[in-house]
Amino acid sequence: MAFLEVRGLQAYYRQTQALFGVDFALDEGSITAILGANGAGKTTTLRAICRMVRTEGEVVFDGQDLSGLSTERVVGLGIAHVPEGRGTFVRQSVEENLALGAYTRRDRAAVAADMESVYGYFPRLGERRRQQAGTLSGGEQQMLAIGRALMLRPKLMLLDEPSFGLAPLIVQEIYQIMARIREREGTSMLLVEQNASIALELADHAYLLETGRVVMGGESSLLRDDEDVRRSYLGY
Amino acid sequence: MDLFLQLTLAGLAIGSIYSCVALAVVMIYQATDHFNFAQGEMAMFSTYVAWTLVGLGAPVWLAFLLAVGISFLAGVVIERVIVKPVENAPVLNQVIVFIGLLVIFNAAAGWIWEFTIKPFPSLFPEDLGFKSTLIGPHHLGVIALTLGVLALVFAFFRFTRVGLAMRAAAANPDSARLVGISVGWMLALGWGLAASIGAVGGILVAPIVYLEPNMMAGVLLYGFAGALLGGVSSPGGAVLGGLVVGVLENWVGQYVPGGSELKLTFALILIVGVLVFKPAGLFGRVVVRRV
Repeated sequence: MAFLEVRGLQAYYRQTQALFGVDFALDEGSITAILGANGAGKTTTLRAICRMVRTEGEVVFDGQDLSGLSTERVVGLGIAHVPEGRGTFVRQSVEENLALGAYTRRDRAAVAADMESVYGYFPRLGERRRQQAGTLSGGEQQMLAIGRALMLRPKLMLLDEPSFGLAPLIVQEIYQIMARIREREGTSMLLVEQNASIALELADHAYLLETGRVVMGGESSLLRDDEDVRRSYLGY
Repeated sequence: MDLFLQLTLAGLAIGSIYSCVALAVVMIYQATDHFNFAQGEMAMFSTYVAWTLVGLGAPVWLAFLLAVGISFLAGVVIERVIVKPVENAPVLNQVIVFIGLLVIFNAAAGWIWEFTIKPFPSLFPEDLGFKSTLIGPHHLGVIALTLGVLALVFAFFRFTRVGLAMRAAAANPDSARLVGISVGWMLALGWGLAASIGAVGGILVAPIVYLEPNMMAGVLLYGFAGALLGGVSSPGGAVLGGLVVGVLENWVGQYVPGGSELKLTFALILIVGVLVFKPAGLFGRVVVRRV
């Protein structure tokens, strides 16, 4: 069985159904991308895994069924979610934001070491560690969101459009750091992106979502070479 | 000059009690966006619990600590049982629940302990080893104890893991859940803490205003005024606001002609004035909402 296995996942916002039976799987240590247009259900898929929306269907992580768990419990299993909009605690300092990321951990010494390693990945956060997080730029807040997720020592990271609203150079920088994190920590990642080209560069596997259904999936190269995907999502 | 100093010091003492109430109100407000109108009556009820314990023979300090602890548990239970079910209800429903709590506590206290006015012992000895004409022993003790309690509360929020989690849960519940914080329990903990702080205020004010079911009505109003003056989004501001209101109240009572009759009016004028001219208070953030 795969590390993360999603079968027949349906999700609802009150009466409105947003996912209509999504299936995909993710292997340990790999990066999987979910691509799709606005409103395709990408964010909802991540929120469904974290139990933030009402769902039907099966989500099995590391052999454990997640349905029926609270969001906090899912996080406790080692799933870190870098949410849409970055989820910054704006009035707290950079350091406090990172400390919050390690909220479920008790190993103080290791947490302190991990904070230093986050500053290693993102030196700019280190320079601003005492600064109020709300005053950071968009790119820095995205880095902080990823750093906060790393503080959990996650087995799986869910990343919701890390490129959103950022300048191309910053996007490049953040994706390079994500590649380095995978290399060094071996963290599995489930990545949701509208920016298909950069996501396909990083990911091993990808799925294409349209109106709440998976319409295509496979190795990243397979999607990259597909005529329709290229025209609709890569734009050349 | 002596009179002025006496008034100011007594104002600081009573003001520090307003600070407790203001802080309790602000804590709940930050987490829920609503004023807990029952905060004063909860504190009054806690004071009756302390009074009962003293009646049973407990030393007054033990009664104080027990009542504060019981209030904490009661605050947690009230949040879980009464407030949580209306968490997502419209604003008006929540306000009605708070007012309902106010009426229930007031009536229950009258029913259990009757409406007759009772004296309440001070936590502090009559003889402090020195004499001062400027401030009485109870007032001096009140200032010392409340400042100590408030410092503890701030240290808790500033330096502990749970304190940080409570701030995070109040500021950004969704994000807090995503780092594994149980937001519901943080809210309950907040209610418990607020009830405890309110209890401290109630037990300290009782020897001054005497114990009766309506004793907190005025105090709560001054507490609201203090919270608004300091800024409902700023706990530190609320504490300062409470002190300022206490001192101003005494000055108005003495120096404004007919002022002793106008003390409560003054609090109301302050509330209206702040809301009209500086809604964010002195230290609060101006909240801008995109529409």
